[in-house]
Amino acid sequence: MSFITRGFRGRREPGDSGRIPPGQYETHDFPVLSAGPTPHTPLESWSFTISEGGEELARWSWDEFRALPSETVTKDIHCVTKWSKLDTTWEGVSVDTLLDGIETGAAYVTAWCDGGYTTNLPLEDVTGGKAWVAFSYDGEPLDPEHGGPARLLVPHLYFWKSAKWVRGLRLMDEDEPGFWESLGYHLYGDPWREQRYWGD
Amino acid sequence: MAGAAVLGRLSWLLAELVETVRETPRVVSLVLDVPGWAGHRPGQHVDVRLTAEDGYQAQRSYSLAAPAAGERLVITVEQLEDGEVSPFLVEELRPGERFELRGPIGGYFVWDGAADGPLQLVAGGSGIAPLMAMLRHRAEAAVDVPATLLYSSRTLEDVIYREELGRLAEGDSALTVAHTLTRAQPDGWEGYARRIDGEMLREVLGPPDSGATTFVCGPTRFVEVAADGLVGLGYDPSRVRTERFGPSGR
Repeated sequence: MSFITRGFRGRREPGDSGRIPPGQYETHDFPVLSAGPTPHTPLESWSFTISEGGEELARWSWDEFRALPSETVTKDIHCVTKWSKLDTTWEGVSVDTLLDGIETGAAYVTAWCDGGYTTNLPLEDVTGGKAWVAFSYDGEPLDPEHGGPARLLVPHLYFWKSAKWVRGLRLMDEDEPGFWESLGYHLYGDPWREQRYWGD
Repeated sequence: MAGAAVLGRLSWLLAELVETVRETPRVVSLVLDVPGWAGHRPGQHVDVRLTAEDGYQAQRSYSLAAPAAGERLVITVEQLEDGEVSPFLVEELRPGERFELRGPIGGYFVWDGAADGPLQLVAGGSGIAPLMAMLRHRAEAAVDVPATLLYSSRTLEDVIYREELGRLAEGDSALTVAHTLTRAQPDGWEGYARRIDGEMLREVLGPPDSGATTFVCGPTRFVEVAADGLVGLGYDPSRVRTERFGPSGR
């Protein structure tokens, strides 16, 4: 039972309340959150790698990556800092496409990024049409501050899992906490169960 | 990377308003009593949850602006024009009234004192709040490292903690505070009078110091310019920690 604060009414937005998870509010802006300076990796030196146990299983240059079949998807996104943004449109390569033909017994992945950021996810949360490596937002190339040239997009989890400046996926047998997951944030991060912090 | 934070489950606690301190026309600090508060590190923040009579809830995050003094906390709140929570906290909440809060949150944008080396701070607007917690901690605990603050505000009236910053710098030869006022300057203003840029960062913060930790907090565009500027001056990106708020402007 929550404590009622006298006199607080709040501002209820009509309409889409069924799409806003608990504790979130809808924004029409696109806020930016990052722990450090924005990396600016030239496309010539960019690559995307799938690896397991230190072994490289697949690798694409930027041109090779962009030649892969891509999808345009429209999704709601939810940031742990409380904002949700509805109907955001992205273009990217499905993680299913990137993992196509790779045999693995791994149950988890760690996404790693320029700038040193990492985040951990169950493999089943990035396969089956649930995750993309996105290179375009709202019909435009992805801005560096929003994670360009490419970021992970896993819209059903809190947005820190959608790692900016992503450069590869490491297939893992065990779930290993990433950057924020080591600093008090939830290992899984389901916004509908409000899994913001450890113990939620 | 910072060491892993040691956090248990973050429970909701009841905060009681002790006092509202007017900082600027748009900003107040709320002094709170929070029974059960277990302490925090400079730079961390809290989640505030307000519940209406019919059960409707809203949550927001606010920076802790001072080190904990037992169970007494200070958060600094900017009233947003079309805000849902900030106008209530700034204008309607009265001393003795209560709301829910939990924390501390965030284990990276924190300064633990001398072990992190000299302290370099770059603030835009209300982004000063978590940095003020670091400066207040440094002063209260007499942490023996140099500190520099470059603080960008629109006008002199918008400078949060203006008098306290002046006092702190006056009594401390190892603390440098530099202001820039981007929109209007009073007669005889001797500080900077433009938006932050690489030249200003170089003049105030100096060349990269491998032992220093630099914290940048403010609106997104401000943080992008400041962090890019520092990296351009040769600062190691892994020693520049950022906290951004507000939209990207696109």
